[in-house]
Amino acid sequence: MNRPSSSPVKKDAPAIERQPIDGRKLAQDFPILKQKVRDKRLVYLDSAATSQKPFTVIDAMNEYYHTSNANVHRGLHMLAERATEIYECARTRASWFINAARPTEIVWTKNATEALNLVAHGWGRRHLKAGDEVVVSRLEHHSNLVPWHLLAKDKGVVVRGVELNADGTLRLEELEEFLKGGKVKLVALAHVSNVLGTINPIAEISKLVHAHGAILVVDGCQAAPHLPVNVRELGADFYAFSAHKMLGPTGLGVLYGRFDLLQQMDAFLGGGEMIEEVKLASSTYKDPPLRFEAGTPPIAETAGMTAALEYLGRLGMANVRAHEKELVTYALEKLKEVQGLKVFGPADPELRAGVVTFEFEHIHAHDVAQVLDSEGIAVRAGHHCTQPLHEWLGSPSTARASFYVYTHQEEIDLLAKGLLKVKKYFA
Amino acid sequence: MSDLDELYQEVIFDHSKKPRNCRKLEHPTCDAGGHNPLCGDHVHIYLDLDGETIKDVSFEGKGCAISTASASMMTGLLKGKTRDEAQKLIDGFIALVTDEKATAGDELGKLKVFSGVRKFPVRVKCASLAWRTAEAALKREAKEISTE
Repeated sequence: MNRPSSSPVKKDAPAIERQPIDGRKLAQDFPILKQKVRDKRLVYLDSAATSQKPFTVIDAMNEYYHTSNANVHRGLHMLAERATEIYECARTRASWFINAARPTEIVWTKNATEALNLVAHGWGRRHLKAGDEVVVSRLEHHSNLVPWHLLAKDKGVVVRGVELNADGTLRLEELEEFLKGGKVKLVALAHVSNVLGTINPIAEISKLVHAHGAILVVDGCQAAPHLPVNVRELGADFYAFSAHKMLGPTGLGVLYGRFDLLQQMDAFLGGGEMIEEVKLASSTYKDPPLRFEAGTPPIAETAGMTAALEYLGRLGMANVRAHEKELVTYALEKLKEVQGLKVFGPADPELRAGVVTFEFEHIHAHDVAQVLDSEGIAVRAGHHCTQPLHEWLGSPSTARASFYVYTHQEEIDLLAKGLLKVKKYFA
Repeated sequence: MSDLDELYQEVIFDHSKKPRNCRKLEHPTCDAGGHNPLCGDHVHIYLDLDGETIKDVSFEGKGCAISTASASMMTGLLKGKTRDEAQKLIDGFIALVTDEKATAGDELGKLKVFSGVRKFPVRVKCASLAWRTAEAALKREAKEISTE
């Protein structure tokens, strides 16, 4: 009862290969996209911040509260059994989605930030000591920097950052130099940059990292929703991502960890659910993943996550990637029509995901986003939680358009048109 | 007038494109840095006080049209005011951009155009950054005085 069950969940039939995605058609599945904002049809280009949710995800969560709500892993009654099954089936599905060896390698967290903090706290605090090195990179999101900074402060661990080539790709030779120093115990890198869209060669990097006896932690927030991810082929020891960026609900994140590594980790939060036995002055803890899931977890959210993973499974992640590559190729060409607009990141669509970050030299990103908003176009403006990267870009803030399965070419045309209005407005 | 045009009025365009008093004071009596964590923008305010009177005031920094125009127009308004008068203007301006019911007094002059930001809650911080920073700079001076 207390262990994750081997769930009766059925695997999807493999998605038909190379089935093109029609973003305009898929947008019909997303109720929120049907509305108007500021009297204009909503053009949602902020999926890298959070994705919108299809009917099936919203309905699954609704259905859970209508029919199955109970607490998991504790109660012998029918509803508790149902809730536990929903919770554990989602875990199994998540393990398939990234090809983990077993469902028990999936830890549910609040979000990807918590997942990364869990590694820093549970693995880092136990296994790292003063003088050991943790390597990050210039393009990391703050959530893959600050947990390591906290560890550095607490344990005297040294954090080193890999710089970028001019095109926004990682300087792998620098990573190798760091590793050769012999002090690096852990490397923490994004799979895909949330600003430049750079797709880092994780499979190649993991070989390098492992050859030097270190472990590789991957922030997969911007990759898992957009590319086929196979953690075992990638050689990731830990892989973090969040449900809300992949059509699922907020409040649910995933930490994949190789089981032997999860076993070597200390608990992060203590409380109910994660214990084996509690005495007045001491306690023993469960095996992973439940050891890391203290307290009542998000349960309805796992029902939503199952629906999201099913939706993506039906589309096929290779098709999702092909769709976004097509969109980003189109966007890079189309935005050339907007004179004076500087677009950041790799020029080769093969090396980048569906993220396009840009700026006008004399117009601040906030003003760009404000005028686009008046046209119903939602983009993000600011430093996107990547201040070290913005220091490198030489700009405190930029504007970013990001795409997903429901994005279509016409919306990129509207973005280009909107940017021409921005230029005219501030001319 | 559209919400957008109400936000970006002519005078705001003018000051954002040609900011006044945008320089560093060589020997300020007090100064302070301000930072908007939302967008990473920084502003620095320099004050030169002669007794209780603000003899000169300037700013440095890079921000959006709203924050730049706000800083530029603020420096023009604060010059020649006493510390107390300046604090009243700061309070008045913050009320203008945050409080629907605020009735801006004439003392804010052209700065009344900033009431347009009320419709855009995220931009309130852009408009108020320079003012909050000036307030911090003024308080820093007061603190120095009180410790003497």
